[in-house]
Amino acid sequence: MTDTASLPRRNGSAPALRLAKRVAGLALTLAATFLGLLAITFVIGRVIPIDPVLAVLGERATAEQYEAAREAMGLNQPLWVQFGLYVRDALSGDFGKSLVTAKPVLEDVARVFPATLELATIATIFGVLFGIPAGVIAATRPGSLADQLVRLIGLMGYSMPVFWLGLMGLLVFYGELGWVGGPGRLDTSYEFMYELDVPARTGMILIDTALAGQWEIFANALSHILLPAGVLGYYSMAYISRMTRSFMIDQLGQEYITTARVKGMPEWRVVWVHALRNVMVPLITVIALSYANLLEGSVLTETVFAWPGLGLYITHALFSADMAAVMGGTIVVGTVFILLNMLSDVLYRLIDPRARA
Amino acid sequence: MSGLRAWLIDPAPRSPMQARAGQLWLGWLRLARNPLALIGLLIIVALLAAAALAPWIATHDPYAQNLAGRLQPPLSPGHWLGTDEFGRDIWSRLVHGARITLYIVALVTVTAPVVGLIIGTVSGYFGGIVDTALMRLTDIFLAFPRLILALAFVAALGPGIENAVLAIALTAWPPYARVARAETLTVRGADFIAAVRLQGAGAGRIVVGHVMPMCVPSVIIRVTLDMAGIILTAAGLGFLGLGAQPPLPEWGLMIASGRKFLFEQWWVATMPGLAIFIVSLGFNLLGDGLRDVLDPRSATR
Repeated sequence: MTDTASLPRRNGSAPALRLAKRVAGLALTLAATFLGLLAITFVIGRVIPIDPVLAVLGERATAEQYEAAREAMGLNQPLWVQFGLYVRDALSGDFGKSLVTAKPVLEDVARVFPATLELATIATIFGVLFGIPAGVIAATRPGSLADQLVRLIGLMGYSMPVFWLGLMGLLVFYGELGWVGGPGRLDTSYEFMYELDVPARTGMILIDTALAGQWEIFANALSHILLPAGVLGYYSMAYISRMTRSFMIDQLGQEYITTARVKGMPEWRVVWVHALRNVMVPLITVIALSYANLLEGSVLTETVFAWPGLGLYITHALFSADMAAVMGGTIVVGTVFILLNMLSDVLYRLIDPRARA
Repeated sequence: MSGLRAWLIDPAPRSPMQARAGQLWLGWLRLARNPLALIGLLIIVALLAAAALAPWIATHDPYAQNLAGRLQPPLSPGHWLGTDEFGRDIWSRLVHGARITLYIVALVTVTAPVVGLIIGTVSGYFGGIVDTALMRLTDIFLAFPRLILALAFVAALGPGIENAVLAIALTAWPPYARVARAETLTVRGADFIAAVRLQGAGAGRIVVGHVMPMCVPSVIIRVTLDMAGIILTAAGLGFLGLGAQPPLPEWGLMIASGRKFLFEQWWVATMPGLAIFIVSLGFNLLGDGLRDVLDPRSATR
C-alpha cells in the first residue's frame, strides 16, 4: 500500500487531462445522439394524423375551448419552441401520460422494464456460454465438420423469424413435451403467491424470489423463462459464435502463438488461455451489441410469450393509439441502446492497452 | 458454345461490352464453385418463379373460403399443406404470398440504397461541415434499434404494406450511407475525378456521374446481405398486425392467424414460417457467396 503510494507518478497530470478530455468528448457525443433521438420521436409525433388537441378535448369542444387548450399545450408556438419544450420535458423525465393506464409513461416503463432486462440478461448468458466455445472450436479446425456445423447453426439464426421460432418452441417443448412453463412469467397460481409473499426489490422475479428464499416460485419462474431466453439466446449465440470464430482465426495466425507452440505449450493452453484472452477484448463490444439487439428482439418475443416487458408494453400501446406510451418506450429503448454502445466502446478502451494510448 | 466461351475469356477484349461480359462470366465461375451459394441461388430462382407463375402453381384461389373444409391437416386430399381457419388452401396462399414478399423486398431495395447512396456520396465528396452533419444524422439512425424505429414510424403512418415498406426503408439506409461514404473517400482524390473537374464539370455532375457508379458495387453487396433482414422485419411487422392487412396472404400475417390454433392445428403457423425461413436462408447463402465473388479484398487473395 505505502509502496505504491510512494512511487513517483509518471507523466504527472497529463493522463488525467487526457481522460477529462475524452470524457467530455464522450458526453458531447452522447448528448448529441440523445438530442437526435428526441428529434426523431418529435418529428414522428408531429406527422401523426391525430390532432393532439382533439384527442384530449373530444370532438364536441367549442372553438374557444380548442384555442385555449391549443395554447396550454404550447401548440401555437413556433416549431422550434415546441421542440425546446419537448426536450425540456423529456430531460425532466416527463414523457406524458399513458392513455391506457392513466399513469406517467416513465412510471409504466420503470414497472415493465425489469422483465425485459431479466429476459435479455439470461439470453445473453446463454449466448456467451454456447457461442464463445462454439466459435473457438470452429476456429481451431477451419473447414472441418464442426466448423461447418457452427456456420450452419449461425446462418439458420440469421434466417429464422424470432417469433416463429418462439411459437415452434412453445409447440414442441410446452405443448408436446411439457418440459417448460407456458407463456407469461409465472403460472397463474404462483402469480398470487408472488404478489403476496415476495417483496419487489428489483422487479426481476428470479432475483427477488432468491432473495426472499421462495424457491418454489423461483423454480416456476425459471421454467417460464428458459424457453423465451433460449430462443433469444440462440440469436445471440449465432452472432457471438460467428464473431468469435473470425477474431480467433486472426489471433491464431499471430507470432506469439507460434512462439508459445514452439516452446512446447500444450495446444489447449495456447488456444483457450493465450489466444482467447486477446479475443475477449473485441468480443466485449460484440457481447454489448448483441445485448442491445436483444432489447429489440424482445418486442416480438414478448408478444409470442405474453411476457409483460417493455416490448409488449410498446406493442399494446400501439394498438390503443397511445402515442405518449409508444414514444416514451421508444425513447427508453433507444437510450439504453445508445448507452450500451457507449459502454462497450469505453470498456474496449479500458481493456485494450493499445486503444488507450 | 466454345466460340462464346473463347469470346468471354479473351484476355484482350475488343469492346467494353466484351470486357464486362467476360468479368461477369469469371464472377459466375467463382460463384458456381460454391455449392451453398448455388443452393441459395436456386431458392431465389424458385421464389421468383413461384411469384411469376403464382396463378398456375397455386392449386386453389388463395382467397376462396370453404368453411366446411377448415383446418384440414397437411396431406389431406386436394390440400397437401392443409387449410387454414377459413378453409383456404395454405399452399396457394404461400405461393401468392411470395409476390407480396418480393414486392416488399423490391420496394425497399430500390429506395433505401438510393437514399444511402446520395447521402453517403454527398457527405464524402464535400467533406467538412456537410460531412459532419450528415454522418451525425446517420449515426443517430444507426444508434436506434431498427425494429422499434420501424414500429414508431408505422404507428405514426398507420398500418399497411406501403407504410411498412416506408418504415423499413427509413431505418435501412444508414449502413448504405456509411459504405458509400467510405468508397467516395477513396475515389474523390483520384486522377480521373480531377480530370473531370478540370474539364469544368460541376459538383453535381461529378457526384452523380462519376462518384456514384464507383460506389454501386459495394452497396449492392450490402443490399444482398440485407435482403434476409428486410424479409424478417417485414414479416415481423406483419406478425404484429402492422404490415399487410387481412385477407392478404402475407407470411408473417399468416403466422399470426395460426397462433390461435398452435397446439391443435400446428401446420397453420408452421408452414408460412418455413417459407420465410427457406427464402431468408436462400438470400443469406447467396449474399455470402456474392460477397466472396465481388469483394475486391477477397478476390485479390
